[in-house]
Amino acid sequence: MKTYGYYPGCSVRSTSKAYERTLLDVCKVLGLGLKEIEDWNCCGATAYFGVDKAMAMAVSGRNLALAEQQKFDELVTPCAGCYLTLRKANEYLKDHPNDHINKSLDRVDLHYGGTVTVRHPLELLSSEEALKAMAAAVKRPMKGWKVASYYGCQLVRPYSDMDDPYQPLIMDRIMEALGAQAVDYPYKTRCCGGSLTGTVEDVGFRLVYMLLSEINKHGANAVATSCPLCHFNLDAYQSKVISRFSGGFDQAGGRRLEPLPIIHFTQIIGYALGLELKTLGFKDLMVTPGRLVAAS
Amino acid sequence: MEISRTVKYESELDKDFGNRVMELSGCHKISECIQCGTCSSTCPVSLYMDYTPRKLMAMIKAGFKDEALRSQTIWLCSSCYSCTVMCPAQIKITDVMYSLKRMAIEGGIYPKKAPAPALAKAMADIIARNGRNSEMGVVMEMSLKTNPMNLLKMAPMGLALIKRGRMEIKDFYHRDKIKNRRQLHDLVKGLKKEA
Ligand code: SF4
Ligand code: SF4
Repeated sequence: MKTYGYYPGCSVRSTSKAYERTLLDVCKVLGLGLKEIEDWNCCGATAYFGVDKAMAMAVSGRNLALAEQQKFDELVTPCAGCYLTLRKANEYLKDHPNDHINKSLDRVDLHYGGTVTVRHPLELLSSEEALKAMAAAVKRPMKGWKVASYYGCQLVRPYSDMDDPYQPLIMDRIMEALGAQAVDYPYKTRCCGGSLTGTVEDVGFRLVYMLLSEINKHGANAVATSCPLCHFNLDAYQSKVISRFSGGFDQAGGRRLEPLPIIHFTQIIGYALGLELKTLGFKDLMVTPGRLVAAS
Repeated sequence: MEISRTVKYESELDKDFGNRVMELSGCHKISECIQCGTCSSTCPVSLYMDYTPRKLMAMIKAGFKDEALRSQTIWLCSSCYSCTVMCPAQIKITDVMYSLKRMAIEGGIYPKKAPAPALAKAMADIIARNGRNSEMGVVMEMSLKTNPMNLLKMAPMGLALIKRGRMEIKDFYHRDKIKNRRQLHDLVKGLKKEA
C-alpha cells in the first residue's frame, strides 16, 4: 500500500472536522494510506499573496520541504485553497532554484529539492481503480439521491490538468459509482464567494445565491463539495441567503429556494460504503440529509 | 456647482507604473492586452467593480496608478482565476490583482475600514507569528479594526456552529501553534533581510 503525505490545512481542524474524519475513514477502507506531515504550518491561502508574495511562497515552501524531508513524494490536501497555494509555491520554487526564497529556506534547514507533487483526494478517489473498488464496496445504494457536485474555483483553475476548468466530471463519476444520480448544471466551478461572504457580504451572498438557485433549478436534492471553504459558504450561509433573496433577485423567477443538504464528498462516499452513521457527521450539517437517508 | 476637469493630462500619468506591475506580478504580458473584454465577461464579480478587469488592464498600461491602487476592484477580486484561464493573451490577471493589492497595502492607500485588506493582513500576521491560522482570531481582528458590530451580527451563526461541534468556546482564546516557531520566525527574518 502506498502511503501519501497528508496536509490537513486549518479548516478541516475547525469548522469541517467531519470532512477530515470521513476522508481518513474512506481512504482506509479503500486501501489508501495518508500520513500527516509533522509540524506543518498554515499555507496562507489567498490572503497571503495579497500581502507579501515572498512570504506566501516561503511559508508554503516550508510545508513542501517538510514533506520532502519526511520522505513523501506526493502530498495530499483536502482543501482546494491549500491545494492551489501549495501547488503555486511548488511550481515557483522548482522554476527558481537559485532565487532568494529558496536560499532563505536553505538557511533554516528547509532545503527544498522540488521532488514533491501536490494532490487533492478527489484525484485519488476518482481513478479507474478507486471507482471500481468503490462500486464493488457499496453497502447503501444511494437510491433517490440527486447530487449536484460543486467543485469551486481553485481545484481546476488556473491549473486544469485534474479536470476541465468549467465542466469537470471527476466528482460526478464518484457519485455515479456509488449509485447516486449526478446532476449536471452550468455553475460547477463558479465562485462561491470565497472570503467575500465575510468581507463584502452583499456581493458574497449574491454569489452563493446564484449557485444555489442554479442547483435548485436543475433538480438536485443534495450538493457535494470538495473544499472546506466552499462548503462553509454554501452550508453556513444558506439559510441567510435564502431569506434575503427569497423572492429571487434576478434569476430564480421568484421561486423560493429549497434548503439543500451541503455535504463533503467524502461523507457521501462513507455513507454509501456503509460506514457507521454516527461517524459520518451528517448531524453537524446545517441542513441534514435525513430525508434522503431514510428513503434510500 | 463645482466644475472640475474629469480627464487626466498625459503628464499626470505614471508612465512607469505598467512596468512595475509587470515586474511585481511576474506577468510580463500585460502590454499584449487586446481589450477584448473576455476577462470582464467571465468575472463573477465584475458587475460590482468600479473598474472591470479589462478596463483595469488598460489603466495599468496607460499609467493610471492612483485610480488602479485605490480601486474597489482589487478588493472584490475573489481569486477565482476564471479570467486567467480565459484570457486569449495569456495575461495572468489574478496575479496582477494580487500585485496591486500588495502595492496598495505597501503604499498605505487601501481603504482603511474595508474588511478585505484587514482580513488579509490579520491572517498574514497570525500565520507569521504562530504558523497556524485561527479562523476565529482572524475574524475577531478584522472586525475590531473595521466594524466591531460585525461580531454581534455573526453571533447567531457562531452559536449554530457551537451546537454542531464545529466551533468551540476555546476557539475564542486558544491559538493553535506549530512546534518549530523558531524556524518560521528565522525564515521570516531572513526574507525581510533579503528584501
Ligand atoms: S481577456 Fe486578456 S486580452 Fe482580453 S481584455 Fe482581458 S486582459 Fe485583455
Ligand atoms: S480572478 Fe478576480 S478578476 Fe479574475 S475573474 Fe475571478 S474575481 Fe474576476
